[in-house]
Amino acid sequence: MNKARTSIPRAIAAHAILIVYTVIALFPVLIVVVNSFKSRGAIFRAPLSLPGPQTFDLIGYTTVMSQGNFPLYFWNSLVVTVVSIFLVLLFGAMAAFALAEYRFRTNTLMGLYLALGIMIPIRLGTVAILQLMVASGLVDTLTSLVLVYTAQGIPLAVFILSEFMKQVSDDLKNAGRIDGLSEYRIFFRLVLPLVRPAMATVAVFTMIPIWNDLWFPLILAPSEATKTVTLGAQLFLGQFVTNWNAVLAALSLAILPVLVLYLIFSRQLIRGITSGAVK
Amino acid sequence: MAVARKQTRWHIAIFLAPALIVYTAIMILPLFGTLQLSLFRNIDQKQVFVGLDNFRALFGDPHWSGAFWNAFKNNVWFSLIHMLVQNPIGILLAALLSSNKLRFRAFYRTAIFVPTILSFVIVGFVWKLILSPLWGIAPMLLKEVGLRSLFHPWLGVPDTALTTVALISVWQFVGIPMMLIYAALLSIPDEVIEAAECDGITGMAQFWKIKLPLILPSIGIISILTFVANFNAFDLVYVTQGALGGPNFSTDILGTFLYRTFFGFQLQLGDPNMGSAIASMMFFIILIGVCFYLFAIQTRLRRYQF
Repeated sequence: MNKARTSIPRAIAAHAILIVYTVIALFPVLIVVVNSFKSRGAIFRAPLSLPGPQTFDLIGYTTVMSQGNFPLYFWNSLVVTVVSIFLVLLFGAMAAFALAEYRFRTNTLMGLYLALGIMIPIRLGTVAILQLMVASGLVDTLTSLVLVYTAQGIPLAVFILSEFMKQVSDDLKNAGRIDGLSEYRIFFRLVLPLVRPAMATVAVFTMIPIWNDLWFPLILAPSEATKTVTLGAQLFLGQFVTNWNAVLAALSLAILPVLVLYLIFSRQLIRGITSGAVK
Repeated sequence: MAVARKQTRWHIAIFLAPALIVYTAIMILPLFGTLQLSLFRNIDQKQVFVGLDNFRALFGDPHWSGAFWNAFKNNVWFSLIHMLVQNPIGILLAALLSSNKLRFRAFYRTAIFVPTILSFVIVGFVWKLILSPLWGIAPMLLKEVGLRSLFHPWLGVPDTALTTVALISVWQFVGIPMMLIYAALLSIPDEVIEAAECDGITGMAQFWKIKLPLILPSIGIISILTFVANFNAFDLVYVTQGALGGPNFSTDILGTFLYRTFFGFQLQLGDPNMGSAIASMMFFIILIGVCFYLFAIQTRLRRYQF
């Protein structure tokens, strides 16, 4: 109706502020990626210019590739993240289904108990978690990280997924029951496919903190064979402080995978955050 | 049906069991285990129950209490900057993004959220490089706008280091309040906005009088999330300033203090029991904050049902 109300000066002001902030958000990332393709001299002489024919140099990348065990670290991060997300989604969805679908005596209490973990960070239990892992011989294994991240991810997953599962129509589930489907089949065959968008949201939300975590890899799995990419990059950057080419290349290599994943999933992530809101 | 209801419904237990077991074993029990460990002390290789002695040391022994209160004070400042800078900027950006007919909305949203997905290692190091006097990106940019004289090695001076680290963290996480407020603003029904426009309330007035009261519950949730996240922070300080929270402990927050106490650092020996005492204090601080929010703030905020 009121198209005339959005005056042009106001639109320009809005764009100006958003553009300025976008530049602030992206500038540091761009400056690192751009400079990682330059020769050492050019990094210092003209840090703000794009690499040209004379200044283009891949020495940083070759150093990174020949030094540390990045492919191994990358693999470790991938295994830990994928397995954790799988378990968070499976266990979280199962618990969410039980809470959303059935009425039983401890339903509300169970929901509150699981919701506690959204507010209280798992990190505060680190001292005892380390003792537990030492006692069970899981220190310096990827399993210890998977267990911790699964526990960390479950509360939010249950919270988000149970909201979505409440919206799945009862008629559909009852029709399944009349057809003789077991409760497990109703869950796996009927409900899970319907909440797939919510699962994707939870997956993205769970993935970012796991992939980026430094605390638990540092404490539970610091050995060479189990280092994650974040921990490896941290140590590498500390070691090669003076080799600017290598540092910038390592940073770019660490940024790119998350950036690509984010660009692929950003629509899903945003839909998840604004879900229920967009009508 | 009635008969089936009375049977033990095993499937409920089976659906709940994996989540409850992992969550209880890895999260809840260790939390209590940590609280318990804080009541013991290692004497002659044996754990001896000492009651509240560790806490007495933490608050009474000047060596411990000085470090604790310094970390606490820094943590309060660190979190305050997020509340006063990050959240208002996030709300402003969300308000702009949700305004009618804005073009390139998806692009802005995606771009501004990029720093949030980066790891602390990357963020910390990138900013260290940019602010470093060695490379000179920051002084070069300041020179362009004629403010070269303002440049300092901000991360290296005790007076400015903490604020600088906090602002880096704000830069990284501004996307979260932005997204949550954006979602809240989108959920305001069109009828409400149209009614306001019929009454001649538009632009800024509309934001202050109509939208802001409606998104107050979301602002409350964001504030408590900000509080919890900051009193649990560690990574960014560790990455930029080291485990000692340098220079001269000016950026030491509870997270780095806990790490140092628990694992030891350089000349300091690791002490799991004192570490537990610090983790317990962090737990209580966060618990008090969350309870305060739940009882004092959330119950007073009106939720509007549309």
